[in-house]
Amino acid sequence: MATVIGIWIAAFLTLAIFSFLYGDNPVYKAVEHLYIGVSAAFWFLYLWSFTVYPNLVVGIRQHGWLGKDLLLIPTVLGLLMLFRLVPRYGWWSRYPMAFAIGLGAGLAITGVLQGLLFPQLQATILNPVASVNNFLLVLGVLTSLLYFYFSREHTGVMGWIARIGIYFIMVAFGATFGYTVMARVSLLIGRVGFLLSDWLHLM
Amino acid sequence: MKRTGPFVLSVVIGLWILVAFFVKPLRGAQQTLLLWYTIVGAFALVVGLINLIQSHLRNLQRGQNVPYSLILLFGFFGTLAVGIYAFFQGNAFDPYSPLMWVYGYVLAPLQSTMFSLLAFFLASAAFRAFRIRNMEALLLLLAAVIVMLGRIPWTEHTFAGITEWIMAIPNLAAQRGIQIGVALGAIGMALRILFGLERPYLR
Amino acid sequence: MTARRIVYTLVFLAVAVPLLLGIRARVEPSPPVKAAYEAIEALPESSLVLIGIDFGPSTMPEMNPMYEALLEHLFRRNLRVAVLSLQSALDLPNGIQVLEKVARRFGKRYGVDYANLGYKPGLEAVIVSLGQEIRDIFPEDAQGHPLDSLPMFRGVHNYNDIALVIDLASGGTYGSWIQFAQARFGVKLLVGVTAVMGPETYPYLQSRQLVGMLAGLKGAAEYETLIQRPGLASRGMPAQAVVHLLIILFILYGNWGFWKQWRR
Repeated sequence: MATVIGIWIAAFLTLAIFSFLYGDNPVYKAVEHLYIGVSAAFWFLYLWSFTVYPNLVVGIRQHGWLGKDLLLIPTVLGLLMLFRLVPRYGWWSRYPMAFAIGLGAGLAITGVLQGLLFPQLQATILNPVASVNNFLLVLGVLTSLLYFYFSREHTGVMGWIARIGIYFIMVAFGATFGYTVMARVSLLIGRVGFLLSDWLHLM
Repeated sequence: MKRTGPFVLSVVIGLWILVAFFVKPLRGAQQTLLLWYTIVGAFALVVGLINLIQSHLRNLQRGQNVPYSLILLFGFFGTLAVGIYAFFQGNAFDPYSPLMWVYGYVLAPLQSTMFSLLAFFLASAAFRAFRIRNMEALLLLLAAVIVMLGRIPWTEHTFAGITEWIMAIPNLAAQRGIQIGVALGAIGMALRILFGLERPYLR
Repeated sequence: MTARRIVYTLVFLAVAVPLLLGIRARVEPSPPVKAAYEAIEALPESSLVLIGIDFGPSTMPEMNPMYEALLEHLFRRNLRVAVLSLQSALDLPNGIQVLEKVARRFGKRYGVDYANLGYKPGLEAVIVSLGQEIRDIFPEDAQGHPLDSLPMFRGVHNYNDIALVIDLASGGTYGSWIQFAQARFGVKLLVGVTAVMGPETYPYLQSRQLVGMLAGLKGAAEYETLIQRPGLASRGMPAQAVVHLLIILFILYGNWGFWKQWRR
């Protein structure tokens, strides 16, 4: 029973969103606001259940405030973050932000170096005269990378390099567009499939 | 206190996590810091959510946009209530709980349909905006058309080979060039944060 | 009816009509998908495969078919499957439903042939912990059963005991798996991604950090062809084809008008 009601609710919501294609209208607006409200509540519940409760509440119960992991500190930092909502004491939130940004920066350097930069550079070190493809690959990587070097004016030799680079980039973007079309259409197929099969049983 | 404190915190934490990557005895500290990161992040999201609710409550107070704000708040507090009820019934995020029912028949359909609207917009853009004005546009649209043809049942035999070549050579080269560029940029930004040249947390 | 609305109606019909007519399609498997298939074929029986369910409702129509096809193959080869999520707990209900559906078809049993480790926040931290000892981060499964009480985890401690990791990702989680599992521990990694993300994974296939890749609904249809079990993806492909051709027609039509004007 709950499933049937659910399917009808889902079908109504789906059609309400599709009504936007006809033109912006109150039904769409209402459903859009509903979406934001429901999403926000889910985030709230989610953060509580999977981050705050298991890590802080259970952790403090088990290890105390100053035991393993010194949970007093992240609690304080977290509460300081809430001061962002109070204009007069908003600057207190700079401490937890600084903590998060500093940590993120430190992680980025090692993660990016080891996981992205080194393997990618290694794979690009090919013999450019061994085959046309090898040559094109090395050429493509270098020129597209250099295209973004705007500290030097794109004239003369640099101009040619940038030109070739942007051509490679345009082909990549075209390929990405083709793939994006694929992805969005797949989604649409999923929704229409839901309406035709699960709701109207026409398939 | 307002500016130096956060700055020092950011640099110390960043350097610590960086050094911890290379020095084995500090690895334990690394796990703790990552835990704190998760907790502080959760509080940051909570701040965003509270801000959202506050702004819509203010709307009600001022008599602006009342019906829509009401729907949003209904969606929020309604879902929250279901979640708290489900929490007392057992695991709120268990696949068969009332909260997950809301997720499956309200949130998920809303989200999927919103995204699927893009398929329509892509088609509309293709019709009204994609004009081949120069070499770059020609390359982009050619690559897009070839990829779109190479990925569907009826024309794939003809176009599959070229599509794979486009993906494997020019696309890969440009993607790699861009990724290396992004990686270098990320490291650059991270270093700037660690040296105190950038202080985004001071806003 | 404005041009815009005609376009929208045509697109809708292009999807609905093929679906209603129920046409199915066979698709030619591409190299990354074939490589993924071969990687799974090469695994010794009873090996443990870890699957990351890192996609949500907005990408379910693309990802579920490939998830089902992969599970079908894994269970057919009698491999053990453990699922987890590092992106969001909300990704798991769907993941579990599909897993149980396929497992039931093969008569597989929970704890012996498949298990649900649940969701853990902390992405990189979790991936790195799995390289040391799985029980440090997952002492129990998602239902609270201690890992040691589940027969399939006997003797399993870290990546040395995991034959393959499959990340079904609609976001950036696969990047972390590459950075922190493959690069640091040399784990065999295979990904299923949305069609949009397909192009960006090619560098990792070339550098051999990924042993295979499935992209979008087409990737799923390709895999269904390889395992010889046409399913949801193969049903959706004809609709996909019609829309693609329609969009190409739109581009050509739009440019034809443009060129005619330009000539004057």
